[in-house]
Amino acid sequence: MRSARSALAKAPTKVPTGISGFDAITGGGLPRGRTTLLLGGPGSGKTIFALQFVVHGAKDCDEPGIFVAFEETSARLVANFEGFGWNLAQLRRKKLFFMDAKPVPEIAQSGDFDLSGMLAGLGAQAKEMKARRIVFDALDIVLALLPDPAAKRREVYRLHEWLLSQGLTGLITSKASGDEVSSLDQNPFGFMQFMVDCAVILNHRVALGVSQRNLRVQKYRGSSFDENESPFVIGSSGFDVAIARMLGPLDIDVTNERVSSGVKRLDTMLGGGYYRGASVLITGFPGTAKTTLSGAFAEAACRRGEHTVIVSLDSDGAEVIRNLGSVGIRLARHVKSGCLRILSARTITGSAESLLVRIKALAKQHRARCLVIDPVSSLFRAGNELTAHGVAERLIDWSKADGITLLCTSLVDEMSGNKHVGTQLQISSLADTWIHLNYLVQAGERNRGMSIMKSRGTAHSNQVRELILSDAGVTLADIYTAGGEVLMGTLRFEKESAERVANEIAEVAAKLKRVTLDAEAAVLEVRAKSLQTELVAKQAEKILLTRTTESQELELARGRSRMRELRGADRAFTRRKGA
Amino acid sequence: MRRPAVFKFRLYTADDTQNSAQALANITALCRTYLADRHEIEVVDVFREPQRALADGIRLTPTLVKLAPAPIQTIVGTLSQTQRVLQMLGLEAATT
Repeated sequence: MRSARSALAKAPTKVPTGISGFDAITGGGLPRGRTTLLLGGPGSGKTIFALQFVVHGAKDCDEPGIFVAFEETSARLVANFEGFGWNLAQLRRKKLFFMDAKPVPEIAQSGDFDLSGMLAGLGAQAKEMKARRIVFDALDIVLALLPDPAAKRREVYRLHEWLLSQGLTGLITSKASGDEVSSLDQNPFGFMQFMVDCAVILNHRVALGVSQRNLRVQKYRGSSFDENESPFVIGSSGFDVAIARMLGPLDIDVTNERVSSGVKRLDTMLGGGYYRGASVLITGFPGTAKTTLSGAFAEAACRRGEHTVIVSLDSDGAEVIRNLGSVGIRLARHVKSGCLRILSARTITGSAESLLVRIKALAKQHRARCLVIDPVSSLFRAGNELTAHGVAERLIDWSKADGITLLCTSLVDEMSGNKHVGTQLQISSLADTWIHLNYLVQAGERNRGMSIMKSRGTAHSNQVRELILSDAGVTLADIYTAGGEVLMGTLRFEKESAERVANEIAEVAAKLKRVTLDAEAAVLEVRAKSLQTELVAKQAEKILLTRTTESQELELARGRSRMRELRGADRAFTRRKGA
Repeated sequence: MRRPAVFKFRLYTADDTQNSAQALANITALCRTYLADRHEIEVVDVFREPQRALADGIRLTPTLVKLAPAPIQTIVGTLSQTQRVLQMLGLEAATT
């Protein structure tokens, strides 16, 4: 006994249950070689949890298991759980042993008894098949036969000791009424909760007609765990526990790749499109073209050949195709080629949680790279108020982890006005890109305005754009601000044409002015030239005048000297005259 | 002898647990009193023969099985309430 226990201390400490989500919450699964108590009301999923634990061990972990059934016969269990595709019949041959321990009514009872007989048999069986896991399903049934609380405690203690000595990872399930955990102190399970190393409580309640299942780890010795209640669903392949946040660091491959929004102008505004793997939120009042924008995104994805899923929560698949066809978004061919899957979930009732599971399953099956949920605010339907936020959060977490580009639309209640543009679900803070669509009522028109509220990691335009839907598709146009007012639609058109006319007039006027100036310049140039010529003439005249004067003087002088010569004047006279 | 039938019992016990010891004592005393010379008691220790206990479908100890005379009957517990055990074995009428 002792040696078995000490050897266990060195073994890996956790045993995976194969229940997605649960292993994440507990950081690996159930404590190895220890006992876990699973409590829950009727129909809370205890048996499924327990069976999945042993099946996973037998099937995927090479850890054979034993299932002790106190409540149902093994034949019925196998039949009931065939639907999960666990292939119990095949596993039973070697790796899975069912012990029928349902008390038979014919057995009479007199006085006290104990479980030693069963444990002895189980011990032999465990040894033979090298079992590593064991489940006691509905232990409360057999304990109820024991005459007094002391005997019950004694048997629980015996069982616990036996499990430890065998080195088996044990899971004991037991009924507990509802979620009144405090009342458990009164019965043997209260005592059991203190004894075991791990206790998990399942509960199943109905809020406003919507069924809601929750799982909570109450204690886990020597391990950290998520202490909150986590919603879970029982899906087509068993248990699925929703996890809000990973305990460890969340490592997601971040890429700089951009994916087109399907609207050219919007891509430009966002610096190339949405980031691959980002979550995009489009909010808006009813009829602001949220679905159209999401359709454009889906079509662009299909054109790139990426598998895409559209989950429509407010209309039928065929309707979606028809309606989007009217604005030039043709999805039918992509559905035909198998690239696009449309899940219409309008008629699906049930919790937001179960819807998320369905979406996840479909996305996985379709190997989706892009996912559209229209509108995500439908998760908020009656009865889901408490959980919808968590579901939306997990939706974003999950799509991120899987590298799926997620586009959600969300309806904003018109009555709440602009003050509370943030969605009811408050996922706007989680979304990477948030686009808000709005109406502007002006001059008897309603026009759609689009603005990018935020876009992480992207320099984006902060201007409102007008969103125009036509049979050619979606386009964006600049808007005008005049006198502090935003102009859209016809007013924008008027403003645009007025501006065009004004531009033309200005252009012609400028032309005219240029011609006039040219003419004036020409005149001046001509004048300048003639003046220049005149100047030259004057200068010539001036030279002529100078020359004439000079030659006249010269002639005069020459004439005088000649005359002197002729007169024969004396030198002195000449000198004097010359001086 | 009005009842010549021999009672065959098999008692599954678990080692030397208190319950099992009590049951063995009780059935032995009961047989000595009411079934003198016409009883056989086989004691199976589930710890020594676990496979047999498993095959026989023994889950709780102590378990007393009356193999003969027919019908086969199973009584779980220490067999401390003698009157009740006699009643269950159909011996009550014979003794009163």
